[in-house]
Amino acid sequence: MADKIKVIIDGIPTEVAPGTSILNAARQIGGDIVPPAMCYYSKLEGSGGKCRTCLVKVSKGSEKDPRPMPKLVASCRTNVMDGMEVQNITSPEVQEARKGVVEMLLINHPLDCPICDQAGECHLQDLGYKHGAEATRYEFDRRTFERIDIGDKIQLHMNRCILCYRCVYVADQITENRVHGILGRGDHAEISTYIEKAIDNDFSGNMIDVCPVGALTDKTFRFKSRVWFTKPVEAHRDCPTCSGKVTLWYKGEEVLRVTARKDQFGEVEEFICNTCRYDKKDTKDWVIEGPRKVSRQSVINSNHYEQMQPLPVVKKNLALQAANKEEFERTTKL
Amino acid sequence: MLRVEEKQEINFSADLLNKCGEIVGRYPEGKQKSALLPILHEVQAVYGWVSPEAMDKVAEFLDIQPIEVYEVATFYTMFFLKPQGKYVLEVCRTGPCCLVGAEKIMDYIGEKLGVKEGEVTEDGLFSYRGVECLAACGYAPVLQIGPEYTFYENLTKESVDQLIEDLKKKN
Amino acid sequence: MGRKLLLEHINVPGINTFEVYREKGGYKAVEKAIKTMSTDDVIEEVKKSGLRGRGGAGFPTGMKWSFLAKPEGVPRYLVCNADESEPGTFKDRYLMTHIPHALIEGMIVASYALGANTSYIYVRGEMMPQIRILEKAIAEAKAAGFLGENILGSGYHLELYVQPGGGAYICGEETALLESLEGKRGNPRIKPPFPAIAGLYGCPTVVNNVESIATTVPIINIGGEEYAKIGVGRSTGTKLISASGNINKPGVYEIELGVTVEDFIYSDEYCGGIANGKKLKAVVAGGSSVPILPANLILNTINGEKRLMTYESLSDGGFATGTMLGSGGFVVFDEDQCIVRNTWNFSRFYHHESCGQCSPCREGTGWMEKVLHRLEYGHGKMSDIDLLVDVSKKIEGNTICPLGDAAAWPVASAIRHFRDEFEWHVTHPELAVKQNYGLAHYADPLPAPVEA
Repeated sequence: MADKIKVIIDGIPTEVAPGTSILNAARQIGGDIVPPAMCYYSKLEGSGGKCRTCLVKVSKGSEKDPRPMPKLVASCRTNVMDGMEVQNITSPEVQEARKGVVEMLLINHPLDCPICDQAGECHLQDLGYKHGAEATRYEFDRRTFERIDIGDKIQLHMNRCILCYRCVYVADQITENRVHGILGRGDHAEISTYIEKAIDNDFSGNMIDVCPVGALTDKTFRFKSRVWFTKPVEAHRDCPTCSGKVTLWYKGEEVLRVTARKDQFGEVEEFICNTCRYDKKDTKDWVIEGPRKVSRQSVINSNHYEQMQPLPVVKKNLALQAANKEEFERTTKL
Repeated sequence: MLRVEEKQEINFSADLLNKCGEIVGRYPEGKQKSALLPILHEVQAVYGWVSPEAMDKVAEFLDIQPIEVYEVATFYTMFFLKPQGKYVLEVCRTGPCCLVGAEKIMDYIGEKLGVKEGEVTEDGLFSYRGVECLAACGYAPVLQIGPEYTFYENLTKESVDQLIEDLKKKN
Repeated sequence: MGRKLLLEHINVPGINTFEVYREKGGYKAVEKAIKTMSTDDVIEEVKKSGLRGRGGAGFPTGMKWSFLAKPEGVPRYLVCNADESEPGTFKDRYLMTHIPHALIEGMIVASYALGANTSYIYVRGEMMPQIRILEKAIAEAKAAGFLGENILGSGYHLELYVQPGGGAYICGEETALLESLEGKRGNPRIKPPFPAIAGLYGCPTVVNNVESIATTVPIINIGGEEYAKIGVGRSTGTKLISASGNINKPGVYEIELGVTVEDFIYSDEYCGGIANGKKLKAVVAGGSSVPILPANLILNTINGEKRLMTYESLSDGGFATGTMLGSGGFVVFDEDQCIVRNTWNFSRFYHHESCGQCSPCREGTGWMEKVLHRLEYGHGKMSDIDLLVDVSKKIEGNTICPLGDAAAWPVASAIRHFRDEFEWHVTHPELAVKQNYGLAHYADPLPAPVEA
């Protein structure tokens, strides 16, 4: 297409539509060169720019103005220019800065993964694993807040929050009235309703799904199981409120929780309503589509679920795939 | 999170409402949220602090969600979220003031009032707190007292004594 | 005596009133601009003057104005940044208190040049008395026909409003200021878009400092070229310097850019020397955010030249041996001051003022404050010093707005130039609580530059 523009990220050239951010251009290429994003969320307008984990180096501004950008930029909020050259994993400066950001995100984090329901599907965990240091240099008391219920279905562990603002954007953009927000300033800023108030709205449960950490968790799933012991299955139902396309998380025959479906970058594909999320926890409520492709970020990926994927040799060969179809389907049954 | 035990009914006076209406008139149609900060100042000048009820009232007046008011009121340090002494002595505690003895002045005020920073004296008249740079470094040490934010410059122990005496006499 | 453009009539009784200000030649710039000049002429004049933003960044004002987008049918705004909160800076307060009409006149000239019909002066909330003064001045100007509909019969109309802030240093950052003016939390916006394209209410907006705007008045009166003759090189004109700390005569001084730092500190025209006969230890030359320099480096550059009060001379040597003119907040430290304590104090300020939006600043400023507190109170470790340098590097350049840099620079520079004082706090913890490190070698003559 004539109106596509060229960009090179970590030496890999690609063409994208004008107005595409560096992060989204990198996502189009895929693989290791995709910068991590803790606050940006493609479905939430205005999100991004805050966590600074997606910082990249623009070594060439554009064909017209080849000067490099003086500072590292947030790839989620910087648009690609024609002829731009970007360095992410090939820039030691970026790696160093990212390590710094991860350290900052963790100094006040409680590191209570062993008792956190998000463990196993936590983006901060993944980020820390990939970019963090083994030990902390922070020797002071960590910031603490009271754990609170916002409504009867969601629990807020403010200690774990990284202030990505995603839940605020969800409340602003897909619910009718926002009743929670960011209160206070600086490192005392917190997610709160200020006055005790329940967040009661058809779509409020999506705040749980967009939360990159364990700050907002589903009370109906609380302490039920580690996520890696559950089996995700794609299912749908004819829902009058939302698309009804969900992931059911099974343990044995029991549906422990229902979430929206997430893509390979951990983003919700379609937001779901609270009825689907909280009230339909029975297999008979759903039409089962099949086991969910587990995202690369999940620890489930390294667990037994891997075996249920076709063998690599089968994956490549369509004839073999057809021949193994029946067996494959059988082994991936619940 | 705040737990409100007893919600108090609050009614803005006609005067205050007029003032608020005049403020809203400064902004283009539909941008009335811009009036939030000036209105919160007006409310605080009347009530001495901004209570949750007052904030709800402001939200209603500006046709915005109450949380939008809470978010703003908790961001800016000038708004008191709890009742204060009648006179809040706000002493600048930043570098240039400290070079010429602001810390000693603040200790002295605490000693003189017999309260700790943030506490209110028994008679309900005074409290004090350290605040960041008041942009009066050349007249340091300085303190200010709301709601008109009168400035007291080049403070000494004697001038602090005098100031507290004068304020006491007013009551 | 240097030339005075802004403060020429500062001592005239009643200069804060419209009548006296007008008698002294006030509002002539408005008449000249609106009656005899096109909007482009005014912008051209400001460009020629070489005026650089007086709020701290030093970006050429005329250029900033020419970047303003002018789409059809979309209002444009001029917003004056009077959220003066940079520790060490109090010139805008002074100007607004004593010659409020200088700002109002400047606002009219600048608004006319930019084609703005509604302009706001965002004043920090603590300056309530100044807000009242400005409101009164606006009413006077309006009554005299310089504001409102059809100014001077030209058909140009302008409404001017004063907006109070709520106590947040961050609102001095232009996009945070705009957010605040829209009634929101003062979180800086992610740029681009810049305010010149999408600012207040999404419309093209220029945000200028009080002094920059007031300076357009003498520029229009005497002409840009004449103005540019004052000063040295690209540092043209006069600048208000707020002098504070351990000096004999703290206050606001209008200097011609190019005065030597030594003169500024020691001459009776300005600071009048160090108070109580003490010796000079260090100076923060442009508000708390700029690097602190020891006495020897502030008086002379590393090459042995006398340092001048100009943008270029103060930044000579980069951050290794130089600093910045910044907002002109000139804070002087005598030999009895403790650099560690002051660094901790500044660090507490930035921690307190961080908006909390982006992680390096939100978490890093608090971390630095805690480590510095530990050092100051005798519980520090030698490794803390390098830790501070590293944390400051992790913040610098990685944040949404310059507050991160502003928090990092004072810490990094204090350690760069006063490292032995920090080390002394670690090696002599008990002594450090009781007494100060003193002048040490910080005023010693610099080693002679090596000839190439």
